[in-house]
Amino acid sequence: MNWSEFFAMNGYGFYVWGSYGLALLVFVIEIAMVRHRRTLALRQLRWMNESGDAQ
Amino acid sequence: MAINWFKYSAPTTFYGLAGKLIPFFAWPAAILFGIGLYIGFFVAPTDAVQSEAYRIMFIHVPASILSMFIYLIMAGYAALGLIFKTRLSAMMASALAPTGALFAVISLWTGALWGKPMWGAWWVWDARLTSELILLFLYLGFIALQASIDDPRRADRASALLAIVGSVNVPIIYYSVQWWNTLHQGSTIKFSGSSMHIAMQQSMFTILAACWLYTIAIALMRVRSIILERESGTQWVKELKEVRV
Repeated sequence: MNWSEFFAMNGYGFYVWGSYGLALLVFVIEIAMVRHRRTLALRQLRWMNESGDAQ
Repeated sequence: MAINWFKYSAPTTFYGLAGKLIPFFAWPAAILFGIGLYIGFFVAPTDAVQSEAYRIMFIHVPASILSMFIYLIMAGYAALGLIFKTRLSAMMASALAPTGALFAVISLWTGALWGKPMWGAWWVWDARLTSELILLFLYLGFIALQASIDDPRRADRASALLAIVGSVNVPIIYYSVQWWNTLHQGSTIKFSGSSMHIAMQQSMFTILAACWLYTIAIALMRVRSIILERESGTQWVKELKEVRV
């Protein structure tokens, strides 16, 4: 079996790779969003600490 | 202010614990995804009826199972929060909802891409597909309801009720292929005499395990942010080394 045959998936390449491609995209986006949420939460808390210490 | 912080100690201890646990779920998830995909694409043979299109099953079935299980776990946490007023349970319910919704999206999307070549239609209004779509709407409703109420405790209570009432949909999805005449095939996983090739089963169960581990890891990551957001202003959060200035 060669690679072009593998990616063609016997004519079902669009459906198979479209499925796995979206799943991968969903996982990547979800991980990025969760990390971003943590960055925002920590930034907010540091800002609160900073303004609290200044008083 | 005479507030007894020990009363709410659960999120305090859980924050650190969750942080330690994440790598033990995230790395095995990544490894099992790799193994499952390898078996699914390089070991499992071509299907006699569906040719290569059946390989969509290795992600479609685990995503569908997870979308249903996560809902039940979410509703369970929501119910615990409602009954015992434990704040961490409500936070866990909120942490699980987006992941469940995304698995429902993957389930519907891969189902459409599988349905088109096999049934000739991206979508049919049949019981299995429609009830899975309702599941996605229930997740979105839960998230939207929580976001629309400013007071977190009232938001928890309202969304918990929605989650509990909505859980009646899960057995409907599960049994829909038996109760109604449907285009969707019956259960893939049977506990006696499965017709599937052994490598197909191995791939599917490996990816199912990977999805479970992924869900636990991502929910723990998300709940840590939720804890920080809700506990902001408390002394223990102020003293965390990651927020000290």
